Amino acid sequence: MSEIVLMYVKVFLVGGAICTIAQLLINYTKITAGKILVYFLLAGVFLRSIGLYQYLVDFAGAGATVPICGFGNLLAEGAIKGAKKSLFEGITGGICAAGMGIAAAIVFGYLFSLIFKSKSKKN
Amino acid sequence: MEDNKDFINKNYIEYVKGVSPKTNQKRTLLHAFWVGGVICSIGQTFRYLLQFGFNLSGDELSGYVSMIMIFLGAFLTGLGIYDRIGKYAGGGSIVPITGFANSVVSPAIEFKTEGFIYGTAAKMFVIAGPIIVFGIVSSVIVGLLYFIGFRIF
Repeated sequence: MSEIVLMYVKVFLVGGAICTIAQLLINYTKITAGKILVYFLLAGVFLRSIGLYQYLVDFAGAGATVPICGFGNLLAEGAIKGAKKSLFEGITGGICAAGMGIAAAIVFGYLFSLIFKSKSKKN
Repeated sequence: MEDNKDFINKNYIEYVKGVSPKTNQKRTLLHAFWVGGVICSIGQTFRYLLQFGFNLSGDELSGYVSMIMIFLGAFLTGLGIYDRIGKYAGGGSIVPITGFANSVVSPAIEFKTEGFIYGTAAKMFVIAGPIIVFGIVSSVIVGLLYFIGFRIF
């Protein structure tokens, strides 16, 4: 039980720290939100490809996988696993690993944009 | 004439600085920290549920957790709640995968009036498009480099 509590503390601290770095960039540079997402994703891909990000995932679980750099980690991990088998799987591996995230974003995104109406007009 | 223009511009910039509300920058860091931490903790809860409830692990586990988080992010954006969280938390709501879902749904709803093909379906990718492009390009590069690396070493 105490293991789970400790895990939540680590998740909270690491996840919070990653978000705080993003907020620092927003506050002290002129980088827009969209660019921050791209940079964090590429940071995740880079850190996984030099073999570091998986230690953060082992340490902090969802604290490392829920931020967008975890999505980059997933892409790089899929590519590396595929590259061990063949050239073909090295190229498709990243897209396969990220397939669930991309499919979910597109399907739920389209679905909810059909159901809901714009809220900004009411304000 | 040019000098006058510069003068007016300077005056205007100073005026805007004076009028716009000053955000407390240290406080925004704290907001980003705790909201980001809470969103990740929610993700961890689903991780535990799927791990112990359905015996999932590895890629499958992180895939389904991303799916649930994206569902929640998209749903809360549709209800208009996520944008309110975003105003409070800034980076704390942008960086988690729920923020990625928000960046898909938010413009899709906004441009619904332009039709379901060029409005919704096209505008979904205004922010998400670059993420998918850079993600796939970088993963293919990593795959190729590792393939070459595995064959040489």
